[in-house]
Amino acid sequence: MSIYINKDTKVITQGITGKTGQFHTEKCQEYANGKNCFVAGVNPKKAGEKIFDIPIYASVKEAAAQTGATVSVIYVPPAGAAAAIWEAVEADLDLAICITEGIPVRDMLEVRNKMKAKEAAGGKKTLLLGPNCPGLITPDEIKIGIMPGHIHRKGRIGVVSRSGTLTYEAVAQLTEIGLGQSSAVGIGGDPINGLKHIDVMQAFNDDPDTDAVIMIGEIGGPDEAEAAQWCKANMKKPVVGFIAGVTAPPGKRMGHAGALISGGADTADAKLAIMEACGFKVTRNPSEMGKLLKSIL
Amino acid sequence: MKIHEYQGKEILRKFGVTTPRGKPAFSVDEAIKVAEELGGKVWVVKAQIHAGGRGKGGGVKVAKSLDEVRQYAGQILGMQLVTHQTGAEGQKVNRLLIEEGADIKKEYYLAALTDRATQKVAIMASSEGGMDIEEVAHATPEKILKEFIDPLTGITDKQADNLARGIGVPEASVEKAKAEIKKLYTCYMDTDASLAEINPLILEGNGNIKALDAKFNFDSNALFRHPEIVAYRDLDEENADEIEASKFDLAYISLDGNIGCLVNGAGLAMATMDTIKLFGAEPANFLDVGGGATTEKVTEAFKIMLKNPKVKGILVNIFGGIMKCDTIATGVCTAAREVHLSVPLVVRMKGTNEDLGKQILKDSGLPIISADSMAEAAQKIVAAVK
Repeated sequence: MSIYINKDTKVITQGITGKTGQFHTEKCQEYANGKNCFVAGVNPKKAGEKIFDIPIYASVKEAAAQTGATVSVIYVPPAGAAAAIWEAVEADLDLAICITEGIPVRDMLEVRNKMKAKEAAGGKKTLLLGPNCPGLITPDEIKIGIMPGHIHRKGRIGVVSRSGTLTYEAVAQLTEIGLGQSSAVGIGGDPINGLKHIDVMQAFNDDPDTDAVIMIGEIGGPDEAEAAQWCKANMKKPVVGFIAGVTAPPGKRMGHAGALISGGADTADAKLAIMEACGFKVTRNPSEMGKLLKSIL
Repeated sequence: MKIHEYQGKEILRKFGVTTPRGKPAFSVDEAIKVAEELGGKVWVVKAQIHAGGRGKGGGVKVAKSLDEVRQYAGQILGMQLVTHQTGAEGQKVNRLLIEEGADIKKEYYLAALTDRATQKVAIMASSEGGMDIEEVAHATPEKILKEFIDPLTGITDKQADNLARGIGVPEASVEKAKAEIKKLYTCYMDTDASLAEINPLILEGNGNIKALDAKFNFDSNALFRHPEIVAYRDLDEENADEIEASKFDLAYISLDGNIGCLVNGAGLAMATMDTIKLFGAEPANFLDVGGGATTEKVTEAFKIMLKNPKVKGILVNIFGGIMKCDTIATGVCTAAREVHLSVPLVVRMKGTNEDLGKQILKDSGLPIISADSMAEAAQKIVAAVK
């Protein structure tokens, strides 16, 4: 098993005809069972056409109805990305993964509140991963997103992070010492997003094929502390924690829109302290995440 | 993106928020002219820099005559204003705001910002206006009230009422305060702000409510739909190297240490900085070259890092995913040659075509030190600069 996706997942690509969408769809198709997983693309102007043998539909709803797909991945440019998320939600998909970086915060606020209102009214809940994320992968089964597939190896360790390259770093360390991954999830670097650390930790906790987790965070926002508090009460599996940004100055946005220290609880030191108090094995040396995890198995 | 107070007040006025009458001035003569136009007997001469804490640093003066306006404008224009937010070197004052004096009976605090936990807009208000809100939050958190606004429904009358009464606005002025609160919310949403802060919001002797200060920050992801806000950008207030870097789509922030670092990905860039510190030195910058680390981008990144005279060594840390290590290695070698690199360079590359990349570095004949892990790279560069 794995979390959220597996070799049988059927995926719609929103923004498949753009340069980024095309490039990564091809890479995802080449990975493991990708040929069978990526079943549809969406572009209202190119409905009826095909790209890499993948049929293009006019809408997500139609693509889902025709192919039985339950997940979408979004490469739509920032100005239209929130509308693309909403289209996936309106089509009642299980999961929408938004790779797009640079979506206005107000657009994300609006779509997140629309999603919550839909759920509150009894509508189907669609999970959102991202935006501004690398996506997620279940090694040797399926990769949805922009991560390099070949560094992963099938196994029993979960990885969750706000940062793309730092996820790859953790994965590569694990693979190097012989520990494979059940799933690796990038939740993205934006301040208003979908799945948070706490949600992914819950999923790893419930997954019988995950034995331990590396949770990577960074400065800014309350998410890591919230996840750590939840883990203290509920998590049955060992967790290694790292927070990037001990050296980040306050008030400066460190690349990610959400990586900004605006108060004391936003700092790396504060988050590391909470994680440690909640039973995580934390490290201040990001080169040691893999080894540290091995030591507590 | 930050703007000046006078620009913030221009925006507030567009949304109907009450502010004192005033205008910017770029010279002493202009300051006098503005004061004469405004009339009255009391004027406030305010330094316009992006940093907060201007009053404490001597950047805000109350003038009781035109002679005093002239005197204070002369003192403040051109001064290096030092506040707790500028750093020790301070920020040069190039612009003033000349405003009519206000009859302050009471100072409040009012702000709008995006709350990450609830994914709503938080309107914060406090009876403790005119002070550093972080200090209020620390000492008397119960004096800060918050209402969370659902962007789909907007601010309700009840929410505005809770805030206005909660901070103790006298009954006669409650409706006025509520109106200002609602207008601030609309302004926050319509301008794609990430912070809109009025500190202080004042109660005047006649019962009016007025915004005496205005501090804005805008969501850079949304600037494409706000040319009117982009026009307010003041490059004098920004770090020249950071502006240069942004032209090449590089996320760069200058810091105080002596080891330059060039990394792909924001999280990995911070982790690299942290590792440098862990092994006893300090990073000179944050620099994320992003996904497409082309030769041109790497070369520009080297140039920008090396402009900083404090840089005694450079650490390159690249995780090759889609971007292959051999491509990056070629880029690093070309860049090192083009800038005639004279400080130690440690390169750590991981991922796709790693071995090929290392071979290219080795064969280049350049004195590049190679490392396998982030920790090893940090140890090597720290040793090399000592």
